[in-house]
Amino acid sequence: MLLRHTPKEITERKALTINPAKTCQPIGAMYAALGIHGCLPHSHGSQGCCAYHRSALTRHYKEPVSASTSSFTEGASVFGGSANMMQAINNIFTVYGPEVIAVHTTCLSETIGDDLPQIKKKALAEGKIPKGKYVISASTPSYAGSHVTGFSNMVTAMAGMAEPTGKKNGKVNIIPGWVEPSDMEEIKRLTNMVGVKTILFPDTSGVLNGPLSGEYKMFPEGGTTVAELKSTGDSIGTLALGEWCSADAARYLDKEHKVPCQVLDMPFGLQATDRFIDALRMVAGVNVPDEIALERGQLVDMISDMHQYFYKKKVALVGDPDQLIAMTEFLVSIDMCPVHIVTGTPGKKFEKRIKEITKDMGGKVNVKAKGDMFLLHQWIKNEPVDLIIGNTYCKYIARDEDLPFVRWGFPILDRQGHQYFPTVGYKGGLRLLEKILGVLMDRQDRDASESKFELVF
Amino acid sequence: MATATKKKMVQWDPADVKAELLKKYPPKVARKRAKQIMINEALENTTPEITANVRTTPGIITMRGCTYAGCKGVIMGPTRDIVNLVHGPIGCSFYAWLTRRNQTDPGPDGENYINYCFSTDMQEQDIIFGGEKKLTAAIQEAYDLFHPKSIAVFATCPVGLIGDDIHTVAARMKEKFGDCNVYAFSCEGYKGVSQSAGHHIANNQVFRHIVGENDEVKPGKFKINLLGEYNIGGDGFEIDRIFKKCGITCISTFSGNATYDQFASAHTADLNAVMCHRSINYVADMLETKYGIPWIKVNFIGAESTAKSLRKIAEYFGDKKLIATVEKVIAEEMPEVEAIAAEVRTRTAGKTAMMFVGASRAHHYQGLFNEMGMKTIAAGYEFAHRDDYEGRQVIPDLKLDADSRNIEELEVEADATRFKPRKTIKEIEALEKAGYKFKHYAGIIPDMDKGTLIIDDLNQYEAEKLVEIMKPDIFCAGIKEKFSIQKTGVPMKQLHSYDSGGPYAGFKGAINFYQEIDRLVGSKVWSYMKAPWQKDLQLSASYNWE
Repeated sequence: MLLRHTPKEITERKALTINPAKTCQPIGAMYAALGIHGCLPHSHGSQGCCAYHRSALTRHYKEPVSASTSSFTEGASVFGGSANMMQAINNIFTVYGPEVIAVHTTCLSETIGDDLPQIKKKALAEGKIPKGKYVISASTPSYAGSHVTGFSNMVTAMAGMAEPTGKKNGKVNIIPGWVEPSDMEEIKRLTNMVGVKTILFPDTSGVLNGPLSGEYKMFPEGGTTVAELKSTGDSIGTLALGEWCSADAARYLDKEHKVPCQVLDMPFGLQATDRFIDALRMVAGVNVPDEIALERGQLVDMISDMHQYFYKKKVALVGDPDQLIAMTEFLVSIDMCPVHIVTGTPGKKFEKRIKEITKDMGGKVNVKAKGDMFLLHQWIKNEPVDLIIGNTYCKYIARDEDLPFVRWGFPILDRQGHQYFPTVGYKGGLRLLEKILGVLMDRQDRDASESKFELVF
Repeated sequence: MATATKKKMVQWDPADVKAELLKKYPPKVARKRAKQIMINEALENTTPEITANVRTTPGIITMRGCTYAGCKGVIMGPTRDIVNLVHGPIGCSFYAWLTRRNQTDPGPDGENYINYCFSTDMQEQDIIFGGEKKLTAAIQEAYDLFHPKSIAVFATCPVGLIGDDIHTVAARMKEKFGDCNVYAFSCEGYKGVSQSAGHHIANNQVFRHIVGENDEVKPGKFKINLLGEYNIGGDGFEIDRIFKKCGITCISTFSGNATYDQFASAHTADLNAVMCHRSINYVADMLETKYGIPWIKVNFIGAESTAKSLRKIAEYFGDKKLIATVEKVIAEEMPEVEAIAAEVRTRTAGKTAMMFVGASRAHHYQGLFNEMGMKTIAAGYEFAHRDDYEGRQVIPDLKLDADSRNIEELEVEADATRFKPRKTIKEIEALEKAGYKFKHYAGIIPDMDKGTLIIDDLNQYEAEKLVEIMKPDIFCAGIKEKFSIQKTGVPMKQLHSYDSGGPYAGFKGAINFYQEIDRLVGSKVWSYMKAPWQKDLQLSASYNWE
């Protein structure tokens, strides 16, 4: 057994986290910043943070992830990291020449109280930031929130680049949240089909799913451009996908620049995608084309064709709040039973939302924000499930408990596809169902006696 | 062949390459980097000085990690029956969770916490009011849940800043439990200049708190410790297999597949064999001073080196039967290795490699490449010190600076009851007279050709330039470097965690490595970089039948 010391009996833990269902803020900020075209994320802290985040993102995407660090030493930790940051800004613009440096803090620089806006002011005054280049910053203390919070904070810093001209641009801002590059691409495809002009930010498509062509581009073609980010203040509205990932940035644009916003769930599954398309139609004032209805119908068709295999199957879920809310709703909508749901990200609202979504499902639902995967495993030991959905770390639980397992979320370290095949939208819904059916039926085939083994499902 | 289409035998002058690497830097950075980039003169003992173990430059994208990574990730990570509890915000523990590919074999009932990730997950109120209470509670909860024989506590950056006294907390809990050794590591990420400082902090505490705890004499005639072997991809398992076959008993490995008891019994071995000089040579020194166990440098990477190291161990014990067994094992293992090397060499001979990794692997792996007829044209370490480049004779000249001063050096004396010289002075002298070298490491420099480049703390920009100018057939570094190199069409092999491969140590490992490099440099994929219409820009065409 891989997790052989995990007891079935659940005891309360107040201080010890085991097998976390979250990581720290800065990695989210780094991922978001990679969704700006020509941007070098910069970690203001000791060099290890940057090394860890780059490694984790690289393992997930199998793509180069460039980011720099202020390389704090003991001295900088005592006297402040301003000198390191100034030196870094100079070196980065000289050697790498990005359009934007997106700086995020760490628990180290936050604990000593470094003030990034102040440092940026100084760099500007000293001419360290070349004309036409930008330094943006987000405060991302690792000891608060989670990687999701850090993502949201950097996206809000991106919204901070808005420079309204007073003339509307006729576009809709879409803040997709922490989804895969393939998902961002899919959201763009859908909005194109609906015929809405959009500014999607951040946009890691074309950055973290790049081609192999014999040429290395430190700053790939993809990403939201500075011009687009500046223009977000002129947009006719903002759709923020996910309360945890995207709402802060949308509300910032609403409050500062009177760009009205709506906060929706992430468009995973049938109903959340329905709401997204409907909201898009309303804000842009357009009709939804038949092609979209066709894609929707195909998803409904597969749900109906395969319903017998979903019906009343129990599922354990671990991941981030925005994704889990949409996934729970999707599973409930196809008559599956998500019975254990854990996120490491804090927020009481999460538990409330999940309880609402599952209230008619019947039976008890275990849900916890600020939980961990050790607890999830214990829940599973007490009430077994038919399927587990989550990041790669679930494979230890899946093997010990002999569970079918669908990889979905962050990080996925041992399988491919998330970079290229979306799970948002109706097409993404088909892919999720395909994956779920695949593991459930593989299990049925594996376990069936010879007499019960069947050709046709 | 994919690579045959590339322009080979690119002519470059090392001085031009160095100038090109430095060209774009601001003057201050260029001055600093110039001292870390050396054109090899391949001299032993009188080699020019290279600057190493100095700070990275803010903003210059380094390959290095931090002290915590060296301590928790590298040294303590591979230990399986110790609960490694990270005191800090969640990230540090999360990133070090199963990512280094340390394999372990606990057996069906053995303790194994490697698959778990433990953290105090410090929150804002802990930063403001102090985290000692939470740490105390977390240690208690871990003890109540698992009853491990040992709990290790690791400090992350904020812990040092807010002044949590983790050592006192650990000592108090150790006393309270009575049957669980609890100790702590002050391995905050901002200490030192690289992972190397973390190795030192980890090893010091293992030496201080664990080594010597178990005096029970284990069976076995030829007992050694293997120091600086981390069982990445199962390297340690292959070395253990060979030891067993030779009749050599490995009392303790620091720290691949290690257990608490192995550390505790380390002082009962009769020889210390050092693999990774950088991460552990000081432990070998301390074991000698305190317990009288001599040490030698070994290298189990490469079939030749493995044979040489086995002979060196046998010669130390001087037992005729052991010497004969070792020769028999080598004779048994080598034919398969040589046959595969010869076959692979038909495709790999004459190809070139670059290696920027660790502080011994960039040296050790050159042997494997040599066995394949491949030449290393540039190499360097991520976190080495000068002695790893120039040889141990420079150690007395190493100057303490603001960063290295903060890393504790343990003062060790001969143990009152357990110090026992394993060899008499006469025996040592006789061995040395016959050419046997104790405590000897000549570094990477004499093993590399004249005119090759040796670069300390290579960064992303320089890596990109090196590949562009020198066009190696393979580049070796870590996960962060992997895909930027491969985007240029040059295969990249991770030598920290071996991608998904291994073992590469020992005889079977050598075979694995030959086959892996053969696969990488010969893969058809490198020939697919351009589509037909990108290769031939002509727009007109004719039909086939025309």
